[in-house]
Parts: sequence; C-alpha cells; structure tokens
Amino acid sequence: MWLPAAIFLAVCILIVLVRLFLGPTQPDRLVGLDTLNTIVVVTMVILGAAFEEVIYVDVGIVYALLSFVTTLFIAKYIEKGKF
Amino acid sequence: MILNTITYTCIGIGCFFNLMAAIGLHRFPDPYTRLHAGTKCTTFGSILLIGAVVIQSISTWVAEGISSSQSILTLHALIALVAILLTNPTSSHAIGRAAHRSGVKPARAVVDDLEKEKP
Repeated sequence: MWLPAAIFLAVCILIVLVRLFLGPTQPDRLVGLDTLNTIVVVTMVILGAAFEEVIYVDVGIVYALLSFVTTLFIAKYIEKGKF
Repeated sequence: MILNTITYTCIGIGCFFNLMAAIGLHRFPDPYTRLHAGTKCTTFGSILLIGAVVIQSISTWVAEGISSSQSILTLHALIALVAILLTNPTSSHAIGRAAHRSGVKPARAVVDDLEKEKP
C-alpha cells in the first residue's frame, strides 16, 4: 500500500519541478524549492515504511533540517542581494 | 481491519492535499499566493501521511511484542514530523519577507500595509 503513494508523490514532485524551472521571478523559484523539499521528506518516510528500512527515515530527517538552512540562506540572498 | 481503513483514508487525503499544492503552484498568480498553496497544503498532507506510517507501525509493534524493530521506525517518523512542523512555517515566513523586500509586488492587490512600514 505504500509504494503507489510514493509513486504518486513522485508525480507531484515532477509537477512542482516544472514551476521551479518556469518561475518568472526569484521568489517563485524559492517557493517551488520549499514545496519540493517538504514533499521529498514525506516521500523518504513513505519509502522507509515501504521497504522496512529505517535509514531512509533518517535521511529524511537530515534532509529536512539541511533544506531549512538552505532556504533561509537563499531568502537572505534574495532580500539583500549579497550574502 | 479498522486500522487499515483509517490508514487508507489518511493516505488518500494526504496524497490529495499534496497534489493540490502542486497544482496550486501553477494556478496562482504571484509568489505570496503560491506560498499560501505550497506551504499550508504540504504541511497538512505531511501530517496525515506520516500519521498513516505511525499508525501502521504502531499496530505492527503491538502485534510483534515490545522488542520489535518497528519501534525505531515509529520514533524516527515522529521526529521527521516534528522537524517538518518546526521548519516549514519559519521558512515560509522568511520567503514572504524576502519577496516583499526584494520589490516583488502582489498581483491585483488593493491594500499593501507593509509598504508604509518600510524604514
């Protein structure tokens, strides 16, 4: 029951990637990146339940925290124009 | 049996909300409304999907006894949920503030109170 949900979320990730490439301004691309990070974390937890491997869930936790730092730094770059 | 029904319902609603977030990113006109779609919908969908994983692994944990390997999956899934719940609103706030200060105006906006607060 977990694998169809993971495939469905992968389709959602592809739809969000289109916005990431098309976005007319910089904040549009950043919103797409933030949405994509959340869906990727959920997909990692679902895959961990599907294959009975806890290491996928650990990868999801570390990805969530690191992508948070990345989003904050890119937002600061967009705000000021420099780091 | 009833736990399986609850799990399938949670998976269905969670997948629906994630799809609505992906479609809303294409339908809305400016970064602020896209932020509205892309952050709230994925947070709610994440709560339901990880809740489904937790329900299923807790039922397996109870069935297999106290020393089951499902306990680690349950606790780590809950930690991932807490990480999402802490980081998602904070990053959306940072994106909104950065978008307004970088000069992107809301589309079809009538009142912009933050413009008068600018130092």
